[in-house]
Amino acid sequence: MFGAGGGTSSYEEVEDADVVFLWGSNAREAHPIWFHHLLKGIRHHGTRLYVMDPRRTASAQWADQWVGLRVGSDIALANAMAREIIHAGLANQAFIANATEQFEQYAGAVESYTLEWAEPVTGIPADVIREAAHAFATAERAMICWTLGITEHHNAVENVLALINLTLLCGHVGRWGAGCNPLRGQNNVQGGGDMGAIPNKLPGFQDIEIDFQARARFEQAWGRPIQPKAGWNLTQMFHAMERGALSALYVIGENPAQSDADAHRIGALLEGLEHLVVQEIFLTKTAQYAHVVLPAAATWCEGDGTVTNSERRVQRVRHAVEPPAGARDELAILTEMARRLGHDWGTPTAESVWNEFRVLAPHFAGGMSYARLEALGGIQWPCPDESHPGTTFLHARLWDTPRGGRAAPFSIVHHDPPWEARDPQYPFLLTTGRRLESYNTGVQSSGYASPLHRGETLDISPEDALQLGLSDGDLVRVTSRRGTVDVPCRIDTALRASLVFMTLHFPDDVATNLLTIDVADPRSGTAEFKACAVRVEPIGVGAVAGR
Amino acid sequence: MDVKLMDARATDDEQQAVDRVLGAPQSPWAGGARGAHRDFHTATGGAARRLERTMLLPALRALQERVGWISEGGLNYVCERLDVPPAEAWGVATFYALLSTAPRPVRMLHVCDDIGCRQRGARDLCEALRSSHGEPVVHHADGHVVLDAARPAWMTSPCLGLCDQAPAALVTDAGTVPDERLIGHVSVESARGLMAGAPLPAHAPSSAVHPAAGDPARVLLARVGVVDPASLDAYRASGGYTALARAVTLGASGVIGEVVLSRLAGRGGAAFPTGKKWEAVAAQSAGIKYVVCNADESEPGTFKDRVLLSEDPFAIIEAMTIAGFATGATRGFVYIRGEYPLAAERVTRAVDAARQAGCLGANVAGHGFAFDIEVRRGAGAYICGEETALFESIAGRRGEPRSKPPFPVHAGLFGKPTVVNNVETLANVLPIVRHGGAAFASVGSGISTGTRLWCLSGAVQRPGLYEAPMTTTLHALIARSGGVAPGRTLRAVLLGGAASTFVTPEQLAMPLTFEAARSAGASLGSGVVMVFDDQDDMEDHVLRIAAFFRDESCGQCVPCRVGTVRQEEALHRLTHRRTIGSVADEHALLAELGAAMKDGSICGLGQTAYAAVESAITTLGLFAGGRA
Repeated sequence: MFGAGGGTSSYEEVEDADVVFLWGSNAREAHPIWFHHLLKGIRHHGTRLYVMDPRRTASAQWADQWVGLRVGSDIALANAMAREIIHAGLANQAFIANATEQFEQYAGAVESYTLEWAEPVTGIPADVIREAAHAFATAERAMICWTLGITEHHNAVENVLALINLTLLCGHVGRWGAGCNPLRGQNNVQGGGDMGAIPNKLPGFQDIEIDFQARARFEQAWGRPIQPKAGWNLTQMFHAMERGALSALYVIGENPAQSDADAHRIGALLEGLEHLVVQEIFLTKTAQYAHVVLPAAATWCEGDGTVTNSERRVQRVRHAVEPPAGARDELAILTEMARRLGHDWGTPTAESVWNEFRVLAPHFAGGMSYARLEALGGIQWPCPDESHPGTTFLHARLWDTPRGGRAAPFSIVHHDPPWEARDPQYPFLLTTGRRLESYNTGVQSSGYASPLHRGETLDISPEDALQLGLSDGDLVRVTSRRGTVDVPCRIDTALRASLVFMTLHFPDDVATNLLTIDVADPRSGTAEFKACAVRVEPIGVGAVAGR
Repeated sequence: MDVKLMDARATDDEQQAVDRVLGAPQSPWAGGARGAHRDFHTATGGAARRLERTMLLPALRALQERVGWISEGGLNYVCERLDVPPAEAWGVATFYALLSTAPRPVRMLHVCDDIGCRQRGARDLCEALRSSHGEPVVHHADGHVVLDAARPAWMTSPCLGLCDQAPAALVTDAGTVPDERLIGHVSVESARGLMAGAPLPAHAPSSAVHPAAGDPARVLLARVGVVDPASLDAYRASGGYTALARAVTLGASGVIGEVVLSRLAGRGGAAFPTGKKWEAVAAQSAGIKYVVCNADESEPGTFKDRVLLSEDPFAIIEAMTIAGFATGATRGFVYIRGEYPLAAERVTRAVDAARQAGCLGANVAGHGFAFDIEVRRGAGAYICGEETALFESIAGRRGEPRSKPPFPVHAGLFGKPTVVNNVETLANVLPIVRHGGAAFASVGSGISTGTRLWCLSGAVQRPGLYEAPMTTTLHALIARSGGVAPGRTLRAVLLGGAASTFVTPEQLAMPLTFEAARSAGASLGSGVVMVFDDQDDMEDHVLRIAAFFRDESCGQCVPCRVGTVRQEEALHRLTHRRTIGSVADEHALLAELGAAMKDGSICGLGQTAYAAVESAITTLGLFAGGRA
């Protein structure tokens, strides 16, 4: 944000925040390590926690205030808070003047978002919206953290911008203990972006279309022209497959056959490819579609390299055990692939690749030698030179007078409900998420026994269960416009009437993504996993446990 | 907090009992019914909700009093109401001897078999009950024996604080109108009658107090037995609330100045200068502070606080109010041991009456400051008399002492600066404020100023509570109580309590000052003077003390948890001539255990668990050769 591709703050800072908005995130289950930092703040600092989530999740149960908004009404809520803050005279005028632009337009855009309007749209009583807005605005240090409840929507980027607007409005960015932070779902989501696994960025978040100087640097280093054109994101790739523009796919460490929305469609598209290569540590569902499977070593313990966590801290991972027979180091696979395609890259090591990256993204990682990463226990980017300690929080420049760098712009975003609404034929809204003991499609977490594993369920409110005559464990048939699954139900008081919940942890038993909708945000490419309309029908009595 | 509840449901009776203490549930997220639109979209919790945990022990007590034990369903409901994980609530429920997570009958008879009562027939009483009603119930988390709810059962108890009327027992009746009685002079007949369902007798009368009413030497006891403890008017008519008026005239720092000048030392056992405590709390920056009255009197042989609480409750309230005024605390807690039903009842009524009369509340007696008091009852745990364990207990956690520092004056109850004083200590504040610290300090010497309450029990002819200046000798005090019976000879005195030491007949000339006790290697503890004569089985008494510490150790730290067990085992080996190695080896082992407990235990319980044993071996010459 504001030109940097990562969260603004360090984990430690949440321990000193006075107010935390945890928005669209069940971090208690999905980000348990980060949540421990938050608990330190709650227990020792007195951090006040607000959790914005349609479900009263485990995280929400820790909150001073649970704000159980309607699915997809995030912008309505954020804009209503902004209007309230502006009208109450709580906006940080000095910061706005010094650090931001387009405030007037923003203020005008949120003017219609009165509390009275927002109450029926979000489901949140006006007094609760007002109290939360005031708490955020008047806090010395306030932070907004979010995860997929914000980004798994067809308007994901606008959702994020709505939250960033709030932090700009109150000057809660560029300072210790304040900021806006997407919590990453994996140990190295951030690192993937850092290293250029984004269609429009070169390594170090250098724009492939706009930043011609960076492009020239890479062209010189690699001895090849680089086309000034963004590639496709995953969603766009599937669209390209649909129209026949993409016929060969090389998948590394991803399981789209089960992790992507509308699984029937994805399966058909993968099946229709002329050539599919999957490089994986397990034989995933996607790998089963492949023409060639390249067994890879698990780099977190069977190879060398780095990972970057949600606080932008680059850390070393080390070769500790040998991979099983037949599995090869991923760098070796890529190098060998290049050699077969006529490019001799020699035998690079993880460190030599990293050092090349440091040279090509000097402002980003120039100071992060392996020796320093080891000595300092990881370094937070940016770290331009070897005397630089790394950057605890980003955008301190916004507080400089005169301001350093360009202004942070407010963005005009408007409420835009989920693509699918409930209707008489599909009277329930299905939202999806994660559970503590499982991980995404279960590739890494289903293989071991856990007393917490209870298989997939359709979580449903007691009110709806009563209406449908359901008891815990009864089998139901869940149908969306795209598919049908049979699954045992589980009555959950965290839900209200007409809202149901599933995970995607047990796709081999219950393919939740047969139901979900593949309408994606045009900029991020992420599908609206958080909202689709379904029908729920009882089909039998008795436990049909998943596993 | 994300609490995982159990499936068991509370009965209507259990729910009502809990709701009576906590009020009706206000939200579906705290045990209430679902339905209101608002509740499906918002819930408040967090810091405010976590503070509600202070009601955990009162809620558990409510279940115990309603049905006689705490069922899984009842526990679950309390957890739902207070947002406490069931595992933690279970940890709290199983911590207290008066709470049971195994089924118990509606009536329980807790028979004291501690040292004071042993001298007065408790062993025979227990034997008689054993022969007529079987083995006593043992406190366990999970009961395997299913008891008939309608058939009373009995169990043994540590000291019940009625040593002057030994043998003592506590009878508890669960029900819609729960009732309990602490009774003295229990005979086999009366005990068997209670086991057969006889109606509850009256509360034991308050202890005999000396000197006689009207004697000017009665300072702390001036109102006891003379002024109606239920009447605020009577309290006022006897000089009550004149100290508070004087305190307001003196101002906060003036009050503390007088307390410092008085050199008043704490009467709970540690003898810490009260003025220093108050100064330290007053010096803390403004904010929430607390006054806590430690009325968890449980040191074997001690019953002075019970008398003050039951007979002069307004005095404690007035003294706490002065402490609040002087230190800037606006909220007080009286934590009364669970075995004192009458004291709890009288203090609760007195607090209500004082509040009604405006002597507690937002504007105390029109003096322009706020102070209010909440009464809390323990549930059978000696360790909760340790001040930080007491804070934990009030906060709804297991009564496990904290490591110090930080000390209570900096981080006490709920982590806030806290004045914590013993009942008798607070009682002394009134004459100090009324007559000045200098006048108070003119009685006694050194740091041993003022009068003290001495709990005389055991082999004396007139057991009871004696008020005397601290310069009084032990000999003179025992003489006032009539000494041992004719034809008997004094064998030893347990001075200060089980956590203190035995003194020998040769040491009776010792004045009862802190200084003299210290130089004699003894301690005044909580004012216990328990006398033993030549008829007493001294080794049996010492074994009971060892069993007491083993049973009361909270188990938090290893030196105490393991040390108290090993100590008791070694003493049994010695007394039964089954020593491992020589007697000297066992003595050396005991000394080493004692040193480890003293050096390594977190709190005073472990640190003093060897004191009485050591003096029994070294000064009384017990456990020297064994016996059959």
